[in-house]
Amino acid sequence: MKGIISYGAYIPYNRLQRKKIGEFFGKSTYSGEKAVAGYDEDSVSMGVEAALDCLRGTDSKEIDAVYFATTSAPYKEKGSISTIAAALHLKENVRGIEAASSLRSGTSAILAANELEQTLVIASDCRTGAPTGQNEQWFGDGAASFLIGQGPEVIVNVIDAVSVQGELVSEWRSQTDSFTQNWEERLGSTVFLKQVKEVVTPFLEKNNCTADAINKVIISGPGTRAHTQAASAIGFQKNQIQDPLFDLVGATGNAHAPMMLVSALEEAKPGDQLLVVAFAEGLDVMLLEVTEAISRLAKRKGVQGYLTVKNDQTSYSDYLKWRNLLETEPPRRPETERPSAPALYRGYHQNLSFTGSKCRNCGTPQFPKQRICTQCQVKDEMDDYRFVGQSAKVMTYTLDHLAASPAPPMIVAVVDFDKGGRIICEVTDCHPKEIEIGMNVEMTFRRLYEAGGISNYFWKARPIRQKESV
Amino acid sequence: MSRKGISDKVAVIGMGCTRFAEHWDKSVDDLLVDAAYEAFADAGIEPADIEAAWLGTMISGYAGITLSGPLKTQFIPVTRVENMCATGSEAFRNACYAVASGAYDIVLAIGVEKLKDSGFSGLNSPKPPNDGTAPNFSAPASFSFLAPAYFEKYGLSTEQGREVLSRIAWKNHYNGSLNPKAQYRNEVPMEKISKSPMVAAPLGIMDCSGVADGAAAAIIVRTEDAHKYRKDPMYVKALSIAAGPGDGRLRQDFDFTSIKENVVSSQAAYREAGIKDPRKEISMAEVHDCFTPTELVIYEDLGFSERGQGWKDVLNGVFELGGELPVNPDGGLKSFGHPIGASGLRMLYEMYLQFQGRAGKRQLDNPKIGLTHNLGGTPMQCVSFVSIVGKELS
Repeated sequence: MKGIISYGAYIPYNRLQRKKIGEFFGKSTYSGEKAVAGYDEDSVSMGVEAALDCLRGTDSKEIDAVYFATTSAPYKEKGSISTIAAALHLKENVRGIEAASSLRSGTSAILAANELEQTLVIASDCRTGAPTGQNEQWFGDGAASFLIGQGPEVIVNVIDAVSVQGELVSEWRSQTDSFTQNWEERLGSTVFLKQVKEVVTPFLEKNNCTADAINKVIISGPGTRAHTQAASAIGFQKNQIQDPLFDLVGATGNAHAPMMLVSALEEAKPGDQLLVVAFAEGLDVMLLEVTEAISRLAKRKGVQGYLTVKNDQTSYSDYLKWRNLLETEPPRRPETERPSAPALYRGYHQNLSFTGSKCRNCGTPQFPKQRICTQCQVKDEMDDYRFVGQSAKVMTYTLDHLAASPAPPMIVAVVDFDKGGRIICEVTDCHPKEIEIGMNVEMTFRRLYEAGGISNYFWKARPIRQKESV
Repeated sequence: MSRKGISDKVAVIGMGCTRFAEHWDKSVDDLLVDAAYEAFADAGIEPADIEAAWLGTMISGYAGITLSGPLKTQFIPVTRVENMCATGSEAFRNACYAVASGAYDIVLAIGVEKLKDSGFSGLNSPKPPNDGTAPNFSAPASFSFLAPAYFEKYGLSTEQGREVLSRIAWKNHYNGSLNPKAQYRNEVPMEKISKSPMVAAPLGIMDCSGVADGAAAAIIVRTEDAHKYRKDPMYVKALSIAAGPGDGRLRQDFDFTSIKENVVSSQAAYREAGIKDPRKEISMAEVHDCFTPTELVIYEDLGFSERGQGWKDVLNGVFELGGELPVNPDGGLKSFGHPIGASGLRMLYEMYLQFQGRAGKRQLDNPKIGLTHNLGGTPMQCVSFVSIVGKELS
C-alpha cells in the first residue's frame, strides 16, 4: 500500500501583519499575519528548503522521482526539476515533472506517485495578490514536501483516494496576468460545497468510514469560510477541522492542503485517520491512516518549527519592494549583470548542491572546489565534500551599507564549518543587531537575484535560533 | 620571492605628481601629460630621452597606447601593467628591473587612474564573466572584517577599537592638511571621524580612503648614471611583491588579524635591503591605508609593531609626524584618495620629496630610509608590494 514515509515544511521567516496593509490603505483588514517570501526566496528555493526538512535522516540517492507542484514557477519556459534535483543532491537519473497551474497540483502530485518507487513530492507557492485586494491579505507563501513510497517506514498509509474534475472559472491567472483574478466568491464556494457533498460522502461510505471515525479533516477550499461549511455539511464537528493556518501563514496556493497535512501529522498518533480534501476545478480526496512508524520519525522543523521562528515586524513597504510592486531608485552601484551561462553550467553541481572538495592527502575541506589543496598544495587529490546540513559558526562579519541589496545593510559573514572548511557568504533572515562572532548558522538555499530573466540560486547562511534547532 | 635583488643598482632622478582630486575638467590624457612633463622637468631631460615606459592603470585604459598616444612618444616600447591596487608600484618595479638588466639607460614609470568618470562612488572594477554566486560586497566591507576580529583577539572594547581607528584617520588627515597635492587638505576632528555614517559596520565613511583622479611618474636610471642628472637622486634598495593563494577564503587558520602577503613581501624586502630592525632603521613609511583597520594590521605585518601592540603604538603617537616612525607623512590614501594606478608612485613621490628636503610643512628631520607598501585585493587574497628606498648608497 502506498504511503507517506516522511514529511517536511517551510515557512519563510518574514511575516506581514495584515493590519499594516490596512494602515497603509486606510481600510479594515483580516486579522493575523501572513508569511511572505523574502527578496531572496521563490517557489523553488522554498520548495528545496521543505524537501531538505523532509529528507532529514533519509538517503536522497534512493529517490526515484521528484514532482514539483507550483503555480508560481520562476520560468514559463525552463524547468526547475534539474535545479531542485541538484540542490537536493538527488541521483542523476531521477525522474521528474512539474505540476503547474492547478491550485490542487500538490495533492494531485501525491496521488500520482507510483507506490513501487520512492517519490519526492514538493508543493510550493509564492503568489502575489494585487495591492488593496482581498487576495493580497489572504495569500501567504510556503512549501511542504512528502516522501512517498511503501514499506515498514511508511508513517501514513493512503487507504483510498479519489479525484474528480469539475471545470470552473472561479480563481485564475492568465499567462500575462500579474495577479490572481476571482469570480464572485459565492460561485466558488457553492460549487465547492456541491462537489464535496457529491464526492466525499460516497467515498467515506465506500471505505466503511464515518465522519466521527476521522480524527482530523484537512480541507483546502475557496475563500475563508467554505472549508468549515463543507466539513459541517458532511458531518464533522469543529474540533475535527484542521486549522487552515490563515492567521499565521495565509493561503499558500497549491501548498495549502499539503502544509495543513504536515500540521496534522505533527500531532497525529498511530491509528489516527485523516481525510484530505483539496479543491480547484474539482477535488482530490484522500483517506489516510497513521502507522506506528510515525513515532520513529526523526525530528524535523515542520510547520510547527518554522511557525515559531519569525520576524513579524516586516514592513508593508519592504514587502512591496521585494515583490517588485514599488518602483524605487536603483542603488547607485553598477547594475547586477546576468550570470554567465557557461560558468553556471560548469558550477551547477558545486553551487546548487553546495559541494566542495576535501583533500585526500591532508583532509582539509574547502569550498569552492579546488584542484590544488589550500593546505598542502597537492594537485588533483580531491574528493567531493558536501557542506549542506553541517553546523557552522560566524568567525567575523560586516554590515555592508554600500553594497546593492534589496534589504540593506547586506550582512556578510566569514562562516567556519565545525568539521572544517570556510565560506564567505551573505547571512539572511537575520537582523543586523542579531549577528555576532560565534553565532551558530546553517546554510539555506536561496535565489540570489534575477538578472536578464535568469534566476541565480545559491546558498546563504542563516542563524540557528534555539527554538528551531533540530 | 626575490633572492638577489637589485639593491642600489638603480636610482630615481625625476618625479612628478598631479594633485589628487575630483578632476572633472581633466581627462586621463591630461593627467598623464601633466605628471610625465613634471617628471621630465624635474629630471632635466627631454621627453625624447625616454627609451621605454611602463604604464600602470587598472581601469582607465588598455595597452601601452594609452600612454604613447597622449605623450606622442615615438615608437618606444610601452608596457601597460595591472596588479590591482599595487598597479602603480608594479609599473615602477618592472621599470627598475629593466634598467637594472642593462636593456635601457633611462625609462619612465607612470601610473594614472580616473575613478570619477564612472558615475558611482568608490571603486567599481569590471569583473570577468562568472557564475555570480560570490557575494557582491563592497571594498570597505571586505576590509571591515579585520576590525571585529582584531578587537576580539586582543581584547579591545568597541570603544577602544573605535578610538584606535579614528586616531589613524585623524593622523592621516592631519598630515594631508599640510600637503598641497592632497585631495583633502583639512584636519578632521576625532569626534567627527568616530561618528561618521556607517559604510560597512564597524567602518564609517571616515574610515575609508577618498576617491580621486590622479597621476604620478618617475624617471629611472642606473645608479652610476644618476649623478649626471642630479646630486640628490633616490636609490632603490629593495622591491618585493607577494601574490597570495587565497588562504583567507578557504582556511580557518586565517584569522583576519594579519595578512600574510604583507608579512612575506616586507620580509623579502628587508632581506634584500639588509634591514634587521625595521622600526629603528626605517625613517618613514607610506603604507596602504585604504581603510583604517588595514593600516592597523599593516603596522604589525610589516614589523613596525609587535603582534597585538599596534593599537597601543597608535594611541602613543608612534606613527605621527613627530613620532618614532612616521607613517603616511603625505596624508596617505585617506587624504589623497586612491586613483589605483597612481597611488604606488604617489607614495614614492613623498619619499623622494622628503629625502630632498622638499616636503614643506610636513618635512621630517633628515630621513634616510623609506618604505612604501601597497595591497591589491582583499585581506582574504591580495598582492602586497613593498619597496625600500634610500637617500644614500649603502
